[in-house]
Amino acid sequence: MAALQENQSLTEARLAQVPPQGAGWANTARGAALARVRAMGLPQRRDEYWKYTRPDSLVQVEAPKAALFDHDTGSVFEAGERLKIVFVDGVFDAVTSDDLAMEDVTIERLSEVTNTDIHWAKDVYGELEARGQNPVARPLAALNTGLASDGVVIHVRGRVSKPINLIYIHNSTGSDAILHHVIRLDPGTELTLMEDGPAAARLNMVLEVDVADGAKFHHVRSQGRDHERRAVTHVFARLGAASLFKSFTMTANGKLTRNECVIELTGDDAVAHVAGVAMGDGDFHHDDTVFITHDARACESRQVFKKVLRNGATGVFQGKILVKQIAQKTDGYQISQALMLDEDSQFLAKPELEIYADDVVCSHGSTSGAIDEEALFYMRARGVPKDIATDLLTLAFLAEAVEEVEDAALRAAINAQLEGWLLRRRG
Amino acid sequence: MLNINDLHVDLEEEDKSILKGLSLDIEAGAVHAIMGPNGSGKSTLSYVLSGKDGYEVTGGTATLDGQNLLEMEPEERAAAGLFLAFQYPVEIPGVGNMTFLRTAVNAQRKARGQEEMSATDFLKMVRAKAKELKIDADMLKRPVNVGFSGGEKKRNEILQMAVLEPRMCILDETDSGLDVDAMKLVAEGVNALRSKDRGFLVITHYQRLLDHIKPDVVHIMADGRIVKTGGPELALEVENNGYADILAEVA
Repeated sequence: MAALQENQSLTEARLAQVPPQGAGWANTARGAALARVRAMGLPQRRDEYWKYTRPDSLVQVEAPKAALFDHDTGSVFEAGERLKIVFVDGVFDAVTSDDLAMEDVTIERLSEVTNTDIHWAKDVYGELEARGQNPVARPLAALNTGLASDGVVIHVRGRVSKPINLIYIHNSTGSDAILHHVIRLDPGTELTLMEDGPAAARLNMVLEVDVADGAKFHHVRSQGRDHERRAVTHVFARLGAASLFKSFTMTANGKLTRNECVIELTGDDAVAHVAGVAMGDGDFHHDDTVFITHDARACESRQVFKKVLRNGATGVFQGKILVKQIAQKTDGYQISQALMLDEDSQFLAKPELEIYADDVVCSHGSTSGAIDEEALFYMRARGVPKDIATDLLTLAFLAEAVEEVEDAALRAAINAQLEGWLLRRRG
Repeated sequence: MLNINDLHVDLEEEDKSILKGLSLDIEAGAVHAIMGPNGSGKSTLSYVLSGKDGYEVTGGTATLDGQNLLEMEPEERAAAGLFLAFQYPVEIPGVGNMTFLRTAVNAQRKARGQEEMSATDFLKMVRAKAKELKIDADMLKRPVNVGFSGGEKKRNEILQMAVLEPRMCILDETDSGLDVDAMKLVAEGVNALRSKDRGFLVITHYQRLLDHIKPDVVHIMADGRIVKTGGPELALEVENNGYADILAEVA
């Protein structure tokens, strides 16, 4: 009883923040979201879903301070052509952002959209998040829907000529960003979205993606190199028939990261791949929590998560594949692996399969281990110094996840970051 | 060139002596063979010389061109010109064969104070050498030894040897797991590398490899030391009479 009261007061304290005012539909969506938060309560340590990750610093009213990291050399995806949308500490920055006009796509700011009386976004904003609350509660996502003040709303109507790159700059040590993005892809369309940067001292980000029949969505994300920042992110996706959804996240450093991805395969023959690489050194806690629901026939899902941990870093993986009775011919795959570069680090994994259809193929695996000593000796015996050999083996370990990025230039940009991270930690 | 004197080696994990006073001198240009029954310490010798963990040298010396091998890291031994063709070449998923070779070549050149090889020159050189060993472009692109047959793995070892051009080559049971044709191909690769500046130590159970790689000197090893040394005829004697006769004779 005491625990319940404690949680209620915690939740109420956080909800004392007044949500931004908007038009009717937005206020309704926000009000409903905050009601969901009240009903669920904000996450606590004793919640089963937060068993491996302490939610305290994500829940508390004030964002814990995070020093600025001044070694960042700009966007990871600098090379290619893209439309840049910049947020500084979670606030849209018109000066450094590109013009949002582009053919076959409408890009609007969330704050504009929530002020219009009628907007398609009302069918997605908070809707996919609400669907994703069952069977597992995700209160911090509902909190985001209730309180988000900025973000982008993107409607894709054709094959977009260049990727959209959301750039998140962290510029203030106490910043607390709540960003909410909504994307709708019409049937047969295609979009690549990059996200890049730490965003704030504390980030709560929700991305809702509605992928219509035959549409393709590619998501490539880098969460910056800040050491002290915290982040909780949720990606909610609903996939139509024969659609494709691919999401890849690179995380280097960061005190605390919880990346949730909730995917619903609602049309036959849809494909969803979620992948991530996380590199942690020292005060680093990284949690990938994935929930994929197969609710249509002959869909394919893949979860590929790799972590490199050293100096007491912690990696967490909670991944679930739920195959409903209707979802015959499902092809599901899940792998989570950690490479420990010393004996101080830890990896906690909870892979789950729940299958109600009888004609499915689902495989899963989870491992943690050290560098392969046999391979290391073999390479050294050919003259490759130990540090270079270790880096090559580490990159090889990460390769299966990085290969989930389809675009060769983006893949090269990711690999360059990973190599740099390893290089700075040599010897 | 390679001088081993009264080498004593224990296994680190268990209190067990493997090499018990082994001495061996191999001069440049010569091919020496070591034969011996299972458990005589042949593979241990190759691992200790190349610097694998898990062995403790309790006495004796091993030098290559006067440099103390036993004090060097494995990569330093390689840069000094030592090469071990593995009995069981290691599979390295995710590391391309070409990337591996090029990293090895350039690391060795750097260690020796030479300039790195350009990508074009390297590619040209590897392709030419691969062709001689009937290694196709696909094998070069694949991850190191992953999905290779036994014969392909051994050919890949010889390719690495040809590309790295070591001073001293140790072949640890290179004939194991090979059919006659594959063995011939490997032997041809090795013979092509024979030169007055290079020494070879061929470790084998059987005489048949020595039909193809003709040794100058044959040693019989038993219980951690060399018990008999002779010419190529010694290998034939083993083939005809087995080890028992020789061991009885020296006991």
